[in-house]
Amino acid sequence: MYPVVFKKVVKTYHLDAIDVPALIDIDLEIRPNCFTVISGPSGSGKTTLLNLIGCIDRANSGEVIVAGKNVNAMSDNELSDFRAQHLGYIFQNFNLLPVLTTYENVEYPLILTKVPAAQRKERVLALLDAVGLSDRLQNRPGQLSGGQRQRVAIARALATGPKLVLADEPTANLDSQTGAAIITLMRKMQREHQVSFVFSSHDPQVHAEADDTIYIRDGRITGIERQIVETAV
Amino acid sequence: MKTFSLALRNLLRNRRRSLTTLLAMVIGLTAILLFGGYRSNITYGIESGFIQASGHLQIQHQNYYLEGGDNPTAYGIPGYQHIIDAVQHDPELAPYLRVVTPTLQLGGLAGNFAAGISRSVFAVGVVPEQRSQMEKWNDYGLRSYIKPLQLSGTSPDSVMIGDGLARKLKLCKKLQMANCVQTETPVTAAAGPAAPDDIAALSDLEQGDAPAQTETGTRIEMLASTAHGAPNVASLSVISSRNMGIKALDDVYLAMHLSQAQKLIYGSNEPQVTAIQIQLQHTSQIEVVRARLQKLLAEQFPGQPLEVQDFKTLNPMYGQTAQFMNSMFGFIATLIAVIVLFTIGNTMSTAVVERTVEIGTLRAMGLRRSGLRYLFLCEGILLGLIGAAAGVISALCIAYLINNSGLSWTPPGYSYAYLILVRVWQDPALLIGSVIGLVVVTVISAWWPANRASKMMIVDALRHV
Repeated sequence: MYPVVFKKVVKTYHLDAIDVPALIDIDLEIRPNCFTVISGPSGSGKTTLLNLIGCIDRANSGEVIVAGKNVNAMSDNELSDFRAQHLGYIFQNFNLLPVLTTYENVEYPLILTKVPAAQRKERVLALLDAVGLSDRLQNRPGQLSGGQRQRVAIARALATGPKLVLADEPTANLDSQTGAAIITLMRKMQREHQVSFVFSSHDPQVHAEADDTIYIRDGRITGIERQIVETAV
Repeated sequence: MKTFSLALRNLLRNRRRSLTTLLAMVIGLTAILLFGGYRSNITYGIESGFIQASGHLQIQHQNYYLEGGDNPTAYGIPGYQHIIDAVQHDPELAPYLRVVTPTLQLGGLAGNFAAGISRSVFAVGVVPEQRSQMEKWNDYGLRSYIKPLQLSGTSPDSVMIGDGLARKLKLCKKLQMANCVQTETPVTAAAGPAAPDDIAALSDLEQGDAPAQTETGTRIEMLASTAHGAPNVASLSVISSRNMGIKALDDVYLAMHLSQAQKLIYGSNEPQVTAIQIQLQHTSQIEVVRARLQKLLAEQFPGQPLEVQDFKTLNPMYGQTAQFMNSMFGFIATLIAVIVLFTIGNTMSTAVVERTVEIGTLRAMGLRRSGLRYLFLCEGILLGLIGAAAGVISALCIAYLINNSGLSWTPPGYSYAYLILVRVWQDPALLIGSVIGLVVVTVISAWWPANRASKMMIVDALRHV
């Protein structure tokens, strides 16, 4: 099953009296357990497409099916619960909660999905160990470097065992060396956790790691490049 | 991790702003509690004064309060002792009763003929022991300014008068009154040192029955109208004076034994009273007792036109003062509540703007709109609770300082200064009401920003710079 299927999806923004088309008739299937990159120039619709896949925005028309569910038909509460259970997010600016420690930031999505405390602890410690931050459990984001913050964000995104992780320019705020390390880590985690990663990125290092690359321009998909992946459908 | 823990950490994020907001709340609550405590002291003080003087309820002849205040003859209650016995022996009323006592109010003219002076008086005949018992009622634990009535155990012709009346009757020195300025009253040519012959004769007749005088200089005569309209005079011995608080009363007040007052008005006829005063254990029992009394009087004394009045009706000043103080308190409390409302609203709105990206992140991670609203409301509630606790502590400390400062003031119409006291801790209704009020105001002021945060579009929030 494809984790993401788009059928004739249209997204238009209303700016004052003008309708600005952001996505036009998008048909798309994202393969499971793949590293998928959405590529395109600024204003091409990359972030809009990622937002629709991440269920934080709604299409004007067409069908958006994520993890087998038509998300357009869901209420706001259903969509919130759906995001908590099936999706993980990695942001360009890390977006960690500044008042929470490393441990608590990773634990937070598990609280939202009502995972029992003992399981939460086990899961959080395992993830932080996997991203190499076992010695930073009680540090707050302000006490971590950019690379460390993004590692926490990766652990947080994977905390609930999502089917899909979305990353919007995850290396844009990191130096190239740290960015490369983060991509390597994400790749490793993607394989270990058997989860689909979808990126929007200009970073050539990210493109180099991609299984699939979706090219987008002026709100239309202009091409999809797929590598042969053993686990692909 | 609980939402309250997260809310607390968010408040600690910008400590200076949180402290400023808390300070506004603390000052606001302290002001409300201090003024409320001051109001309570005044209203409870007035209430206690009236209840100590005339009880919670009075059984009177119908329309006595409206029409018969100056006519004890027409509006007297005959056979009053039977009514008192019926009230005291009623098993339903017994647990509520503290004192049941008869009283007779009368007007007249008091004269210190030795000094050639006479003045109108408002006299009240009381049973001294029961009246003293009434004056001990202090349900609110107030500091009392009342000097005890000293008629208990004295001869039937003994009287106690107001300081003002004592001064007017030139009795300051004889009564050894402190701070009593005695001026010389100009004597007009028409005025004579002696009473008219007929009044003097009545007085002589009266003195013939009286016990031997211990202090001739403190004797006065009181002239009143009997039940048949004839003048009657009693020779009375002034044993002490006391400040009655309100100057208008202080200048005319005279308290005597009930038997003496009855003798003056009714002579050898059946003695009557103008009211049966009933003092209860607590003011809150008034309505229950009133209902039972009305039933009892209708059943056992159907032929007598009686009515039951409460102290609020009999003393309109109480209601007027309470209303005035309550309206002042309401105005000040509303003003402060509005200031606190906008202060917290502003703080929460700023927090929402500053944390827009965080709001988007939380929503993207799956926090529901209601969860986000709850988070911001928790921050408001926490602010409210901390502010309330600090405000209460602050008010209690300042109240302690005020209550021990010795500051005083003379209320309008009063003849001596009262200590300025505030009842904060002693008034749980004020304390709890103000704290709940503050928390409610906090929740209301946090609601709008919280609601705004919950309605943000996630993508817009994440894009916020």
